[in-house]
Amino acid sequence: MSSGGPEVTSIARVPAMGSQVAPIEQMAEVLTKLPGGELLLTTIENVLNWGRASSLWPLTFGLACCAMEMMQAMGTRFDLDRFGVIPRATPRQADLIIVSGRCSIKMAPVVRRLWEQMPEPKYVISMGSCATCGGPFYYDNYSILKGIDTIIPVDVYVPGCPPRPEALIEGVLKLQEKIKQERLVTRRARRNAAAAAGA
Amino acid sequence: METRERPATPVQPEGTLRSEELLLNMGPQHPSTHGVLRLLVSLSGENILEITPDIGYLHSSVEKMMEYRTYTQNIALADRGMDYLAAVTNEMAILRAVETLASIETPPRAQYLRTIFMELQRIQSHLLWLGTYGIDMGAFTIFLWCMRERELVMDLFESVTGGRLHHVYFRIGGVYDEVPRGWTDRCNEFCGYFKKRLDEYHQLLTGNPIWQARLQGVGAIGRDLAIALGASGPVARASGLQWDVRRSHPYEAYDKVDFKVPVYTEGDCWARYLVRMEEMLESARIIEQCLAQLPEGEFRAGRVPINLRAPAGEVYTRVESPRGDLGVHLVSNGGETPWRVKIRAPSFSNLYALAEMMIGWKIADIIAILGSSDIVLADVDR
Repeated sequence: MSSGGPEVTSIARVPAMGSQVAPIEQMAEVLTKLPGGELLLTTIENVLNWGRASSLWPLTFGLACCAMEMMQAMGTRFDLDRFGVIPRATPRQADLIIVSGRCSIKMAPVVRRLWEQMPEPKYVISMGSCATCGGPFYYDNYSILKGIDTIIPVDVYVPGCPPRPEALIEGVLKLQEKIKQERLVTRRARRNAAAAAGA
Repeated sequence: METRERPATPVQPEGTLRSEELLLNMGPQHPSTHGVLRLLVSLSGENILEITPDIGYLHSSVEKMMEYRTYTQNIALADRGMDYLAAVTNEMAILRAVETLASIETPPRAQYLRTIFMELQRIQSHLLWLGTYGIDMGAFTIFLWCMRERELVMDLFESVTGGRLHHVYFRIGGVYDEVPRGWTDRCNEFCGYFKKRLDEYHQLLTGNPIWQARLQGVGAIGRDLAIALGASGPVARASGLQWDVRRSHPYEAYDKVDFKVPVYTEGDCWARYLVRMEEMLESARIIEQCLAQLPEGEFRAGRVPINLRAPAGEVYTRVESPRGDLGVHLVSNGGETPWRVKIRAPSFSNLYALAEMMIGWKIADIIAILGSSDIVLADVDR
């Protein structure tokens, strides 16, 4: 039985998975070079982004107190399902991970592994103060990670301790706005830059 | 005392296909582990030989942090760092130790308000347990129903404390503020409404043959073994142990109200389910009695300094959290902060009782037994 996870510093050395280029992105590269291709590409992007933004499937993954509010948000009164947010129990089917709660150093490699197992395109919402910066566990603490963005890239931060379900819904809506403005070409450039920084 | 030995790996008859023990890793990310619990399951075919829990995935060093914070600041930390489904009960656990050490008397009105809040907390905690247990067992409707009623409890909390989950409502010597006008009527109304809903839950689940088949007789644990493993709360009461801190060491207004402590002798998942269902009814009854008896007057003892210096000494006190016997061992050397705080978490002991319960059962029963013990990982790891 193992006790005590690996050091945080070792997480950065985990090689990034899923480096293959999607066919749609190869097509985007070709289209940018053709006359009139930009127009066609923009239309394709709009349709793709609409689809992505309207069916964000989060991973059923709770760490601490914020997971209770996440559950309430998916429950009866707030009903996150109406935004197309349907929880999935496996990272292979999820494209959003809501990091809800404080993440300990022992848990950090697990969160990183879960994020790596998700297929592209994938997004991260950091829910609550603990996931964002360590929150009330920032000072005098030896076991909690000071922010989940030290191990995985975060798209939207939701403040609160814990955030109300309305706040989480607002975070999901902000993420949808962000996805709708996404360009295929910039997405690829950004990922290449991230891969170069990680290597 | 009856003890359970690890069943021997079945001997392989000559000339048959080779088979061996399988070590299965479950968690820390699993939709049914109720947090970040990791279980190492030794299997022989479908049968469980041994369960080794691996904990510490949510260790928040709360006991250490408490040594650096004043007694008033520790109230807010107890909300978050310990069992997050029983925020005010954690506050009470810390405050009972501090108030015993510093000999501070709380006014009667504060005692009743505290009792009401702790019982509302018990209802919302058990509701969340019932809802998630329903999902684990494949019954989705009960989750939606429980969340609906839980929102109403949250509304009651929110209108007094401003917080839905973390309240920071109790203070040394009383509570932070008076309840708003009309709140007691709303609370009374909720109790009447909730009792009717509880009947509906029984109609939905208790007579349901699938629910009965998954729960009855599964994961039974005897009274002596439950005592030996330190189990408490509904887990121990389902095994026939008549032990409730509210009854045995009354605090606040619990000695002034009439309530029943449900006890079953079967010790299986079904008994644990029934104990919690009856506890919710009893909680509603306690709230109604407290509201009827609620005295007028001060809600906070006068002349308690903000930075209280508790006299040197040590004290061990306990309260009944929704998960069981929550103890706090507090040592003070006369400073503004405690010198050492040790929390005796009920989920921690119940987790090891749970490892015993699972031996010999099928792999599908892991979820049924795990859900029935209602552990909160923040309480286990702290």
